Amino acid sequence: MRIPFNLLVAFFALSTLFFVGLSIVTGAVNISFSDAYGVITSSFSNRETTEYSLASVVLLELRLPRIALALLVGCILAQSGAVLQGLFRNPLADPGIIGVSSGAAVGAIVAIVVLPEAWKVWSIPGLAFLAGLGTTFLVYSLARSEKGTSVVILLLAGVAMSALAGAAIGFMTYFADDNNLRELSVWQMGSLAKAKSEELPLLLFVCIVLVVLFQRQTNALNALLLGESEARHMGIKVERLKRNAIILVAIGVGVAVAYSGIIGFVGLVVPHIVRMLCGPNHRFLLPLSALLGGMLLLISDLVARTILTPAELPIGLITSLVGAPFFIVLLLRERKRWY
Amino acid sequence: MTATNQKPILEVKNLQVKAGSKLLLETTKEQFNEGEFWAVVGANGAGKSTFLKAISGDNSYKGEILLHGKELKQWNAMDRARHVGVLPQSSTLSFAFKAKEVVELGLTPLSLSREQAEKEVEECMRRCDCLHLADSFYPLLSGGEQQRVNLARVLVQISQAKQTPVLLLDEALSAQDLGHQHQLLEFVTQLCKQHNILIVGVLHDLNHVLKYCDKALLIDQGKAVQKGNVADVLNAENIERCWKYKAEFASSSEGYKLII
Repeated sequence: MRIPFNLLVAFFALSTLFFVGLSIVTGAVNISFSDAYGVITSSFSNRETTEYSLASVVLLELRLPRIALALLVGCILAQSGAVLQGLFRNPLADPGIIGVSSGAAVGAIVAIVVLPEAWKVWSIPGLAFLAGLGTTFLVYSLARSEKGTSVVILLLAGVAMSALAGAAIGFMTYFADDNNLRELSVWQMGSLAKAKSEELPLLLFVCIVLVVLFQRQTNALNALLLGESEARHMGIKVERLKRNAIILVAIGVGVAVAYSGIIGFVGLVVPHIVRMLCGPNHRFLLPLSALLGGMLLLISDLVARTILTPAELPIGLITSLVGAPFFIVLLLRERKRWY
Repeated sequence: MTATNQKPILEVKNLQVKAGSKLLLETTKEQFNEGEFWAVVGANGAGKSTFLKAISGDNSYKGEILLHGKELKQWNAMDRARHVGVLPQSSTLSFAFKAKEVVELGLTPLSLSREQAEKEVEECMRRCDCLHLADSFYPLLSGGEQQRVNLARVLVQISQAKQTPVLLLDEALSAQDLGHQHQLLEFVTQLCKQHNILIVGVLHDLNHVLKYCDKALLIDQGKAVQKGNVADVLNAENIERCWKYKAEFASSSEGYKLII
């Protein structure tokens, strides 16, 4: 049974609002709803006279940027996962598979270990993004030939690149000092703790561009599900569609990973839940994945930072803890279908 | 069976298809007219599919392929899709689309209002005898049902053609049982005659060709060797040369030739 699209949009939007509210008032420092309301309205109306209370610092400097980061990163990762699954005609595809995540990891770790401390604010996200994009191009050009893009080679090249990146990370870890090691491990497990409001405009821009551009390709992505030649026969320029989609995914995931580290399985799990609720049509799948992705990452982050208060877990641990068993269930279902 | 002075829809001139430096297919001049049902025949590996892939725009080629007098490569992709529909052997879907949603994919190159689209989808599903399957999940349908749904999808796709459309059957019968093969062939033959469209199909069963098709193009070792009325092309000499098989012939009660 399928649930109507509008109903799901309303439900996801309201739930997201609820969890945003919950995230605002929950945490190591207690902030009531009325305090939060006061801080937010006064910061909007007249910034100069805002009193720098503990509540306002915690809210404006920490919680709100972090909430926005969770929503945006979740939205980007889930959209990218949905598009890749359609592109590869394989429900098991995930942004990590085409090599963006591991490539980005190498970039970030080079920045942490090799480059000067003072550059880190920009060098970590910058190099992570560039290396992720570079890896994706490398994988994609390996898979591309005169005859088109081979999905099998693309996936295998992604696996090879991930292995190579793993070796490079191991090598860098060996040379890292104790300080760097800790930062490295947190980054590899994913964390939203370093959310900064200066980073948000770029992320918001990338997120909007992705949502708008992918939404324009929903018919083409649907047609592609029948097969590449079928899509071509229906008038779709398949090679162009694949190239553009892969570049957009690389940019989106590269930027997301740069600001939040490696957060796995969001791109895999979210589109699956949405398909179960309202079917595989990309016209509905993409916007709903965007909404649900943001909401689920927000909930994961809420759990990550409250379950062991005042300490906090890397968010990647939470998503992997939930996502990996989900992946195994999917594998079992696939196995039943094919054997 | 075929009227004279029909309009040519598809013309193929000096076609060459290569894979690297290897020549896969070579033909000199073929012409396909409206209202004709053509079979492309030949042994395995002769180049039948290569030919069909070239005229469906899947293979790069040298030479000319003219659709309504205009080179195929010059057609806008969407416009071409409205005039050339391809029914493949089978279409697998890893995602749980409903049959109706698969047919709606045929709307991709069209720009219809919601009401028109709804009507066209329903009409094509009714014609292909699959309207009752509209809400069933496509991956759960039988091979025959899936193929009817796919045919409805292709019919939607070519339903708004400004000039006479072409339907290509790319081994469309290979995954079907005997009953569904004949059902499908009867249906497309009717379509061909009633709506005067051109059908070109790669068919393996020569008795199907003799029963349903008007014309045949025989391809042997990458060369188009003969074309014409099916009964003339599929003679003992050609069958022995291409298939290495000494055929005997009989005549059906309806009067068409049978190969034994």
